[in-house]
Amino acid sequence: MRSSQNKVTTLTAAIASLVKNNCHLSIGGFTINRNPMAAVYEIIRQQKRGLHLYAHSNGQGVDELIGAGCVSRLEIAYAGSGRFAPTCIRFRRAVERGEILVEDYSNYQMTLRFMAGAMGLPFLPTRSGLGTDIIRHWGFAKSLRKNDNGLPDQKLITIDNPFGDWCDSPKLVLVPAINPEVTIIHVQQADRRGNARIQGLTFADIEQAKAARHLIITCEELVEEEFLKREPDRNQIPFIHVDAVIPITWGAYPTACYRHYDYDPRYLNNYRQTAEDEESYQTYLVEKIMGCANHQEFIALNDDEHLKNLIADPETGYATGLKRN
Amino acid sequence: MIKKEEIETGYSRREMMTIAAAREIKNGEIVFCGTGISMLAAMAAKNISAPQSTIFFETGAIDSRLDEVPLAVADSRVMHATAVNGGLAEAFATMQNRFTGSRVVGILGAAQIDIYGNLNSTAIGDYRQPEVRFSGSGGACDVASFVNRTIIFMQHEKRKFVEKLDYFTSPGWIDGPDGRQKIGLGSGGPETVITNLGVLRFAEESKKMYLAACYPGITPEEVQLNTGFTLDLEQAEVFPPPTSTELKILRQRCDPQRLILD
Repeated sequence: MRSSQNKVTTLTAAIASLVKNNCHLSIGGFTINRNPMAAVYEIIRQQKRGLHLYAHSNGQGVDELIGAGCVSRLEIAYAGSGRFAPTCIRFRRAVERGEILVEDYSNYQMTLRFMAGAMGLPFLPTRSGLGTDIIRHWGFAKSLRKNDNGLPDQKLITIDNPFGDWCDSPKLVLVPAINPEVTIIHVQQADRRGNARIQGLTFADIEQAKAARHLIITCEELVEEEFLKREPDRNQIPFIHVDAVIPITWGAYPTACYRHYDYDPRYLNNYRQTAEDEESYQTYLVEKIMGCANHQEFIALNDDEHLKNLIADPETGYATGLKRN
Repeated sequence: MIKKEEIETGYSRREMMTIAAAREIKNGEIVFCGTGISMLAAMAAKNISAPQSTIFFETGAIDSRLDEVPLAVADSRVMHATAVNGGLAEAFATMQNRFTGSRVVGILGAAQIDIYGNLNSTAIGDYRQPEVRFSGSGGACDVASFVNRTIIFMQHEKRKFVEKLDYFTSPGWIDGPDGRQKIGLGSGGPETVITNLGVLRFAEESKKMYLAACYPGITPEEVQLNTGFTLDLEQAEVFPPPTSTELKILRQRCDPQRLILD
């Protein structure tokens, strides 16, 4: 599939063929920006179950996958949606009720874990986390780790610097690689072969993308290969990593996509309230998510005027002056 | 909504806290900000007393212009007119790198803090079956591990200022003056804790938190009453209230929609 000249497919087909029940999945983005929301909603529609999810600081995408019952295990550094939900609501409930298993890391540790995966290494070292409960407390028991080939036998390991005094770092934390079966990211531009360009902050998307066995890219704009090759310095992901390309406008909505649109404060505020109430949340899932055949229908639930207000100002990359309270 | 204290003093506690933190930021420092009040403090410092400070986010944005207050560290507003838009790998390396990391001041918040400034932002109760679950470390543990100086925002309540953390997310002074050295961390650590009641610092000898100042109208006894461990109150002064210039810039320039101030 990866050698194909044309990887453009539908989201329905890509999720159906690559995201299996119980698979190890990572999603890109950060809190309320560039989460691959169209793909998240499609996973919910296809009622995937038992996912082992990896993220670093994902808010909306992680919370909706958990809320819909798709996730059984989560490795994460931060589950929050900024000011809209300092702790993600469905995440918090699921953990407090013991409905999902969660294992905590720091943001840098998660980034390095994806980076190790992308580099083909078993681990990378850092000075972050020494002496903390992030090292002492495991979310996944030894037996669970033994029974899953996708998990290392240990969480984090502290060692003495094997180079002695070198670089004034007496101790180091080793963080194990992550190699997800599938990573999904949303980018601004991609071509049919899968070359991709992210505008603005890349977060850990590039590491997540390259660490995965399979990579699904959703993009705001499908562009010609020649267009991307005119300024290759601005591209981050070469086609060789990519399995599927799906053009979807508003593909990160209700999270933001820099230079295209802002996050939707109204949606995110309503979501927080809905997520707090069990009955409202079930109605939300049935009507808003399952009730739409695809992301286009979901986006069309908004009137044009509302969407227009979210469109990014070409000067700033966000919706300047957007009412956000 | 105007609160009682605001009618009496002409400013809110949240405004006082933001300005107290802004005053801690030195000109020329690289300021790591988290979500909410910490980025507002960085914006206030930049606009009031530390124009040469550099606003910096774990998401990879360096020297963001911040024409509007971001509502998350990944908000597209942090990506506007930066020096470089990178990613998490670069941002955390900047702090782990001692040449640049030594110039970073980190601003953090947490659900619990102990007398040595160690933080919990993960869970209350048993980790695997928590009574209350919070967002988790995010970049807080990384920042607290790497940089020389941190400022911590807290709501001052007994259940948040505790003898023992339910979960140890981010390192402060660990258990005393040589605590960090013993476990292999750098020599810097938390300097200031800014709460809705006052400002606390850490004693040179013991690295234990003490009350440095109360806001006007707050007594040291009131602070102790809201703290779950015994504080040294002897050095407590009255914190200088915000000036009209500070308030004006904070309200008009930094957060005119009061997205974080309310």
